[in-house]
Amino acid sequence: MENTSKINTERNKPWRDDLRKAMKSADRTKIERVVMPEQDPVVRAGNHIEVNRGLSPEQAVNEAKRCLDCVDPTCITGCPVNIDIPKFIKHIEAGNFLDAAVTLKATNTLPAVCGRVCPQEVQCEEQCFYKLKLKKPAVAIGNLERFAADFERESGNISVPTVAASKKTKVAVVGSGPAGLAVAGDLAKWGYEVTVFEALHQIGGVLKYGIPEFRLPNPIVDVEIENLRKMGVRFELNYIVGKTSSFDDLRAEGFKAFFIGSGAGLPNFMNIPGENLIGVFSSNEYLTRVNLMGATRAGCDTPVLSGKKVAVIGGGNTAMDSVRTAKRLGAERAMIIYRRSMDEMPARIEEIHHAQEEGIEFMCLHNPTEYIGDEQGRVVRMVLQKMELGEPDASGRRRPIVIKGSEFEVDVDSVVVSIGVSPNPLIAQVLPSLEISKWGTIIVNEETMQTSIPDLFAGGDIVRGGATVILAMGDGRKAAAGIRDFLSKQ
Amino acid sequence: MNRILKKEFLSENVFRMIVESPRIAQSRKAGNFVIVRLDEGGERIPLTVADADVEKGTITLIVQKVGCTSAKMSKLSEGDFIQDIVGPLGQPTHIENFGTVLCAGGGVGIAPLYPIVQALKRAGNKVITILAARSADLVILEKEMREFSDEVIVMTDDGSYGKKGLVTQGMEEVLQREKVDQSVVVGPAVMMKFAALTTQKYNVPTMASLNTIMVDGTGMCGACRCSVGDKTQFVCVDGPEFDAHQINFDEMIQRLNAYKEVEQAAYQQYLQNENN
Repeated sequence: MENTSKINTERNKPWRDDLRKAMKSADRTKIERVVMPEQDPVVRAGNHIEVNRGLSPEQAVNEAKRCLDCVDPTCITGCPVNIDIPKFIKHIEAGNFLDAAVTLKATNTLPAVCGRVCPQEVQCEEQCFYKLKLKKPAVAIGNLERFAADFERESGNISVPTVAASKKTKVAVVGSGPAGLAVAGDLAKWGYEVTVFEALHQIGGVLKYGIPEFRLPNPIVDVEIENLRKMGVRFELNYIVGKTSSFDDLRAEGFKAFFIGSGAGLPNFMNIPGENLIGVFSSNEYLTRVNLMGATRAGCDTPVLSGKKVAVIGGGNTAMDSVRTAKRLGAERAMIIYRRSMDEMPARIEEIHHAQEEGIEFMCLHNPTEYIGDEQGRVVRMVLQKMELGEPDASGRRRPIVIKGSEFEVDVDSVVVSIGVSPNPLIAQVLPSLEISKWGTIIVNEETMQTSIPDLFAGGDIVRGGATVILAMGDGRKAAAGIRDFLSKQ
Repeated sequence: MNRILKKEFLSENVFRMIVESPRIAQSRKAGNFVIVRLDEGGERIPLTVADADVEKGTITLIVQKVGCTSAKMSKLSEGDFIQDIVGPLGQPTHIENFGTVLCAGGGVGIAPLYPIVQALKRAGNKVITILAARSADLVILEKEMREFSDEVIVMTDDGSYGKKGLVTQGMEEVLQREKVDQSVVVGPAVMMKFAALTTQKYNVPTMASLNTIMVDGTGMCGACRCSVGDKTQFVCVDGPEFDAHQINFDEMIQRLNAYKEVEQAAYQQYLQNENN
């Protein structure tokens, strides 16, 4: 409610009124949706540079004009972090790009990240008036978000959100992925003393180890993290809460509340014969070697096997990231093996499309049953079976059914298993009284994100068991509010 | 943090470092390891915490020069810093008063065995320790081990020190001589394989501490996975210690060689650069 009235107040400001009057809605709807400029597929399949090049100011302003500044901006309902979408877009239309960035950062700690990796097509853009009522392509909200964030960064005039006077209350955030960074951003704004503890040697969690540079360059993540530092957030690297120090140690050091955003760190395997052969990796391992450890960069000691015939098992975004990475590492054949059909594939359409353009082979309705190795234990072939689709299952997707006797072999020298992750069990191991589900996820109050231990809140994949950056950030924002309420009652 | 306070070579290729790391010194238990990254381009490698001094806030790492990273590490001097150390990782060793425990360490595996021997002794066990190495100069931590063992048997392949023979011969001698309630073996995979076969003959429960390839060390990547019985386990979070009679050592040995060619090429390159 509070949010709705705030959004209305903003909408009724004279500058918004003037902009609405500056162009007729009928003319706005005639503008074609912008097409994101991309690197040429052949060129980009041989480099790690970002595929999407970003909009020019002219393209951005033109796209911003399409937005009708609706009375009831349904787009916002599709945004897990409640960005005032019309406001930031209208700032772009008015040419006030820096103000657009400030608007984004009011509710989103990582706009340059979200503008790149959010599945806007199933969130804000799906709820856009164009999509809902006009049956036309939605306003390119994601591209515009990225534009505003990039413009601000490149301008050198990065705004730091206003931070309230210090409350002298310490809060610990466990994990520096998107959930943790979102919590840290909000709590810092409200004047809490936030320390983020990260197990790895870099801040960013999945944004660093998981998502490849060609989709999300690391320096962009670093700038957003730097912004959090400027807001007073402290970061402790190489620190595993529960191992390096216990929760009680940190309570004794004065931490009054905790947020657990430790992610779904445990890769799933299929438990089929040959899965422990050399050359069979989890997508986490494969991507971590390349993204976090820089296996392909000069001066980095971490090796990665650069297969020539690479099969990636799975159809999600991580599978697309892995197979496109394999292509960039020189694979002659880079294949997606997915047990359902293209229609059920969970990856973003943009990622599938990019992968197709880059020459990735899609073997849908196929499932591996075994990997075969040579005498050194290196994978050389995989056995695939063909599948067909039956009735819809619990997920609403049509269930894949094995076609008996359809097995055949395909030569491979690397296999990347990308069939999902399970919650990291570490926190549950060190906190026996913490309530967890049978899947190992932490059980929380969905409003406040509070766990069964009162000073402990949680969100992101450790609660959801594998979702998206923006859902994790949405959890983070809810948890931040939950922590604020909890602490104010203390 | 992470400053090297002391460094000394225990043998030509094995060195000991005492590193400032107060939190890990405080929280580590026998069997725990850390992941170390030397510098910005460095890889992450697992190293057992061989000892710790809570008061001084230090941990002891014992490392064998086998490739690029360990060779680079051996070049660090007292006063230098290690960029990243994270831990303690892995499940601590299950320690109880078993009765008589036969501990066998091979080569640099003697280092991770040391804190286990310490803990077993403190738990009231009779500890018989076998230190095995190729030759006399590779036998490390003998003095320290003697302090916490009721008996120490040294075996060398070439007979240059202690008894001549393999670790398994020393183990057989003890197993034939007296009742052993538990065994712990740490060393190269091949050594552990045969040590496990030896104790199996005598039905002595045995745990082995594995040192597989790891990247993150927190369960995230699965590079370290190994077959134990009919299950795949992650050495970093489920281990590093497992029932030695259930471990598929042959698979483990193969997996340890996953990057052998790349690693050897990189090491040769490194040595060449060092010499120029």
